[in-house]
Order: sequence, then structure tokens, then C-alpha cells
Amino acid sequence: MGTVSINVNGVDFTREVEPRLLFVHFLRDVLGLTGTHVGCDTSQCGACTVLVDGEATKSCTLFAVQLEGRKVTTIEGIAQAGKLHPVQQAFWDKHGLQCGFCTPGMIITTCALLDKNPKPTEEEIRHGLEGNICRCTGYHNIVKAVQEAAEKLPAARGN
Amino acid sequence: MIPSSFDYHAPATLAEAVALLGKYPEDAKVLSGGQSLLPLLKLRLGQAGHLIDIGKIPGLEYIKEEGGMLRIGGRTRESALERSEIVQKRYPILVDTAKVIADPIVRNLATVGGNLAHGDPGNDHPATMLALGAQVVAMGKSGERVIPIDKFFLGLFRTALQPDEILTEIRIPAPVEGSGGAYVKLERKVGDYATAASAAYVVIGTQGFVERAGIGLTNLGPTPIKATAAEKYLIGKKPETAALAEAARIAAQATEPSADRRGAVEYKREMARVLTGRALKKAVERAGGK
Repeated sequence: MGTVSINVNGVDFTREVEPRLLFVHFLRDVLGLTGTHVGCDTSQCGACTVLVDGEATKSCTLFAVQLEGRKVTTIEGIAQAGKLHPVQQAFWDKHGLQCGFCTPGMIITTCALLDKNPKPTEEEIRHGLEGNICRCTGYHNIVKAVQEAAEKLPAARGN
Repeated sequence: MIPSSFDYHAPATLAEAVALLGKYPEDAKVLSGGQSLLPLLKLRLGQAGHLIDIGKIPGLEYIKEEGGMLRIGGRTRESALERSEIVQKRYPILVDTAKVIADPIVRNLATVGGNLAHGDPGNDHPATMLALGAQVVAMGKSGERVIPIDKFFLGLFRTALQPDEILTEIRIPAPVEGSGGAYVKLERKVGDYATAASAAYVVIGTQGFVERAGIGLTNLGPTPIKATAAEKYLIGKKPETAALAEAARIAAQATEPSADRRGAVEYKREMARVLTGRALKKAVERAGGK
């Protein structure tokens, strides 16, 4: 066992962990943040995607101990003051989900994508989401949701 | 899926990391991006008593041109390679390669050094580095040594790295006038290993004849393959359709694919031919030959 300190959604957590503890289990089982999902558990589906220092990262293929001193944002951390984040709102408005299992990963990846490329083309969106698999929607409405989010985000950020 | 237990080490310097590897020569693995290592450990296809995480060591992530070489730090992320301006401008074959590795999220962690040091014939960088005539730099207890890439891949998951060595840098000769390269991959779906893939690099002289050729093949044998006979065939030829087609045919003969869910032996060998033809054509176009 060793100690690890990680900032998750703005809060510093220090916990005793086994080195082999995967970060997704740290989030779900140690911190109780179950919004980050385990889908394939083999770094293909993207349901476990979180932001590590702003970069989309698959938390099932990462040990918690690797994140000593890093800043992480999970799906629980993006809505502010009880108000949905513009990306969340866009997924709601454009029906960018059916069962919702992949949605946390889709939204986190979208946040990272729009951060790097605020005005992506449809092709850039589709390539940008290559690491997230959805088994319900056929991606059509997810792409629409990302486009909607790209339109709404600048206003929400006040620029 | 949970890996078996291991001791975790996060050295602050390269020297410390090398010392740790020397201390546990039979039982330590280097953790770089972890995108190949973690799946192996989770599926328990591999095991290590000690993981040496090089993630905290400064100065291992860079992309720069220096002394006629492109130098890529061993821990440079695939996403950084893909976005690098100098790579986009001068080494499009590396962009071809990086952008078909796994998926964009995996590429945020996956590293160029790891892609080579893992020694997986299904990885994409080895073929490209073979085509480009790259060198890798390894740091061990007796210092640094430079290994030509065609001496690096020894067998399935086996490389020329000693147990206490860490791959710290990849060196690629800077492009010369009339040079061009391309990587073409056939995959069943995004994120899959190649059914077959081919990297091609050519240097065309002022008279219009091929002066240098490099061809590397992915996932078509127990190691990444350098198609030497096909390379030799091209030297001194005009890079025209017939010559490129013949080189592609010769390259396919160098393959030793095994049948799996991605296809039969005959299919993969045929794809090696087709993809090498396409990679050569694109390389020649980029070289300004057509």
C-alpha cells in the first residue's frame, strides 16, 4: 500500500491505495464517484473517460498511483451551481443518448475536443469521438449534440 | 480486470530508473504511457513484480530538429506527435502513422518510445521507423548507446534493449530534397491492430531515379519487417507504376503472416502487396516525383 494525493473536481483527496488499483476503481469504489463507468475494461469503449489536467484519458487503463499531484475532472465535476454544463445541456436537447451508459465518457471527450478545437467540422467531431463507443444511437444525435454545444459554449463562457 | 500485485516505483531521474531496473533485472517493467502494458497486466498475459514509472522524469517529452535529425523524446505522446507543426510540415509519414494508432484518447497517453520498446509486430511505429532508417537511443547503467532500428526488433515482444535499458530517444534523418514517405494501414475498425500496413520512404535524385528506398511492414510476421529485397530492387529505377508494382510484389514475399480473425495468410500477403503499392505511390507523390 502507498499513499496517493489527487485533486478530483477541485477537492484534494489523499488515500491509501494498492499500486494495482485502477484509477476508475479509485473514482468509483474509493471516492464513490460512480458517474465514470466501466464498459469494456480494455480501453476501447471510452465509458471511463475523465479529464487529467484537461486531457481526455481512459481511467480503466491508468493506475491511481500514476496520478499523484494531478488534477482530474469527472462527469460529476462539470455542472456548476446546480446548472448543467452546456455540453450536458446539448446532449439533453439533441437527444444525444438513449441508455446513457456511454454518455459520461462522450460528454467528457466532447469537453476536451471543444477545448482544443472550438469550431470542429462534422468530420473532426466524428474522428474526435473515435475512442468512445455508443451502442444505441448510431452517433447521429451525438454529433448533433456536439455541434450544438460548440455553438452554445462561447456564449456560456461569456465570450 | 485486476492485475496481480506489484511494487510501484516512480523515480525522479533517469539514473534512478536505470538503477531500479538493474536491481530487479528479471522482474521489472518500464511503465511509460501504459497503453500496451496495462492491458497485458490486466488480462494477466504478462506479469511484473516491479513497475518503474518513468512518468515523473523530466525531459523525456520533446520533438525537435537538431544536427540533421528529428529527435523525439521516448515518452513523447502520440497526440503530441500528431499535433506537432514540424512533424506535420516535414514528416507527414509520422502523422499518417500516429493518427491510426488506437484512438484519440489512447493517444493522449500512449508514447512513441513505448510503441517501439514493446516489440509488438502489430504496433505501427516500427514499420515507419524501419522505412525511415531511424535510430533509437537506449540509456543503461554504462551510459547511452545508439541502436539502428533494423537491429532493434529481435523477435515477438523482444528487442535489443537490455533489461536495465530505457529507450530515451528516437532519431530520424531529416528529409532531403526529393524525399517522401507515407504509411498506409488496413484495419477492420478504429482502434484495431493492422490487418496489414505498409510504410514507404523514397529519395528521388535530380535525374529522376530512386536513390534510397525504405519499406516497413506491420503485423505481417513475428517481428516488424524491413522489406530489404524490395528496397534494393527500387534503387536506380524510375519510380514509375510498373517498378512500384514490382517492388510491392517483392515486399509481399517477405511477409510471414499468420491466419487469425483479421484474415487468412493469402489475404494478408495480398494486402501487403496492395498497401505497399499505395504507400510507395503516395511516398513518390510527396517526394515530388509525380
